[in-house]
Amino acid sequence: MAEFMAQGKQPEVLFWVGCAGSFDDRAKKITKAFVKLLNKANVEFAVLGTEESCTGDPAKRAGNEFLFQMQAVTNIEVLNAYEVKKIVTACPHCFNTIKNEYPGLGGTYDVMHHTQFLKALLDEGRLTIEGGKFKGKRITFHDPCYLGRANNVYEAPRDLIQKLEAELVEMKNCRRNGLCCGAGGAQMFKDAEKGDKEVNVERTEQALDIKPEIIAAGCPFCNTMMTDGVKAKEKEAEVAVMDIAELIANAQDL
Amino acid sequence: MPYLSNIIFAIILILAVGYFAKNVKKLIRNIKLGKDTDRTDNKSQRWKNMAMIALGQSKMVRRPVSGFLHVIVYVGFVIINLEVLEIILDGLFGTHRIGLAVLPVSVYGFFIGTFEILACLVFVSVIIFWMRRNVIKLARFWKSEMTSWPKNDGNFILYFEMVLMSLFLIMNATDLQFQVLNSGNTISQFIAPWFSGFPESTSHVIERGAWWLHIIGILVFLNYLYFSKHLHILLAFPNTFYGNLKPKGQMTNVDAVTNEVMMMMDPNADPFAAPAEGTEDDVPEKFGASDVQDLNWVQLLNAYTCTECGRCTSECPANQTGKKLSPRKIMMDTRDRLEEVGKNIDANNGEFKEDGKQLLDDYITKEELWACTSCNACVESCPVSIDPLSIILEMRRYLVMEQSAAPTELNNMMTNIENNGAPWPYNQMDRLNWKNE
Repeated sequence: MAEFMAQGKQPEVLFWVGCAGSFDDRAKKITKAFVKLLNKANVEFAVLGTEESCTGDPAKRAGNEFLFQMQAVTNIEVLNAYEVKKIVTACPHCFNTIKNEYPGLGGTYDVMHHTQFLKALLDEGRLTIEGGKFKGKRITFHDPCYLGRANNVYEAPRDLIQKLEAELVEMKNCRRNGLCCGAGGAQMFKDAEKGDKEVNVERTEQALDIKPEIIAAGCPFCNTMMTDGVKAKEKEAEVAVMDIAELIANAQDL
Repeated sequence: MPYLSNIIFAIILILAVGYFAKNVKKLIRNIKLGKDTDRTDNKSQRWKNMAMIALGQSKMVRRPVSGFLHVIVYVGFVIINLEVLEIILDGLFGTHRIGLAVLPVSVYGFFIGTFEILACLVFVSVIIFWMRRNVIKLARFWKSEMTSWPKNDGNFILYFEMVLMSLFLIMNATDLQFQVLNSGNTISQFIAPWFSGFPESTSHVIERGAWWLHIIGILVFLNYLYFSKHLHILLAFPNTFYGNLKPKGQMTNVDAVTNEVMMMMDPNADPFAAPAEGTEDDVPEKFGASDVQDLNWVQLLNAYTCTECGRCTSECPANQTGKKLSPRKIMMDTRDRLEEVGKNIDANNGEFKEDGKQLLDDYITKEELWACTSCNACVESCPVSIDPLSIILEMRRYLVMEQSAAPTELNNMMTNIENNGAPWPYNQMDRLNWKNE
């Protein structure tokens, strides 16, 4: 982003990578797949790089409003200094926080989830999606809570899967009734309370019930939880967990 | 004493309505113990929500079986209450079926006939409801919070409705003048033969008895509401009106924290500045909620509105996987504690006297609070726009910001964010490494 600023230019969109997308080995693959798609569609985009910091989402959900606001205000200062207008992110938690909770603290931007952004590129004819190797495959989509219920985005990811000419199959609980993967509300960073099952195993069982070849996700944390769930059920040889961006990029061997 | 029955009726009516009004006043007082929150924006959307969700039952029918049965009982309840109007007028003026004096027989018959059909449908629906609770034993009615009073309360309401509907039909069946008209006795004509063996005077006594028990039953039921989960029949309307209109993922930003943060970020702020004149003795605002008075009034209204149907709990991922958290219990605990606080205020001449108890720990445990994934399934599933998640978040805020009592792993996560801008211990300078990998 600093380079754009130095040249006196504004990118079309700022890609907010997020902590998972920056540091988590699995999520980094999602980041790279999405970047390939942005390049393919000739989108002039920027990242904040080392100037990006956690949005504060897990702190806020854990109850630490103070830490959340410190993070938010710092990020907003950076974003406003670069005169950022439009943000896209592959993480529904970053998406929700920046879109809904930053405006009250002085940061108002046009924020899109990467599935919405890819759908828009597709509609504008800037990106073409081919089925490629996913043609005819059974794919189910796991709704991330912070994309679905939290922000009512249900169709963009499904539209993209259908463009792959894949067979989109729905789990028992989907869309607004989607079952959580178990990571939200800062659960990602702690052990679960005592119970008789892990939430991600319950959700993975729902997915495996409909015998998909691929479980599609739209959130790096859901991705981790579902991948762990598939491993726990010893099905990793038959069922892959992939982000929508990876599906589209891989279909075209990008 | 020709007016004796009119007078007795009027006294009963005044007592019942008066006692109910007194409790409604108490209810409003208790709800107002909550903190202020502004829900006056976007009125048109609010009216629309009330019309669709409360009046139109749009979220009830998402579960088709219970939704359909509930619509029958709801429509029956609303429409049959027109008959109560006639009963009250008859009772006050000593008339009998005053409707016949003002309406043509066919129109009157149409009304009563409709009421009779509805009464019959309500009766059947209520039987099915009872069986779902007590014979089929649906899981959500048998969770750990549904013992003793909550369990009995649910059944009492169903018995009440069965009895009221039966009395209405018996009253019509034994009213010989009404049966002779043969208009509007759609259902009661089939019940009338059961009483045909009795002399006319006995039928009259039964008819009068059913009439009195029916109206007294309704007045008792009215006053039962305040003590019961059944308050939802009234509060569903304000509750859906004042419900949250923002995206469900948006959690409130705490203004008191914003002030602090902005001061910290302001390079011109004087760290040694004395507090503004007159504010030295102000108690700093408490962060989050440890008791009902720390919640806002909408959250307290939510608690009174909850009818303990358990849809939230049955959708909750934590509850489904055996954790202690039950969103319904969060609402029930909030109401129970609020009632306790209200009684405390009544007993101490309008002032709350510290009772050494609070909502946190004495009602809702930390274990429940930390099990929440903030997925909003409970909020989405509530047919009357209750938001248990907002209460859970407020209580977490108290635990973290007032007590520093977060689980260790979460403390580590927060320390990481503070030190290196990510929930994991990675160096912020490595954020762009993915570019070259």
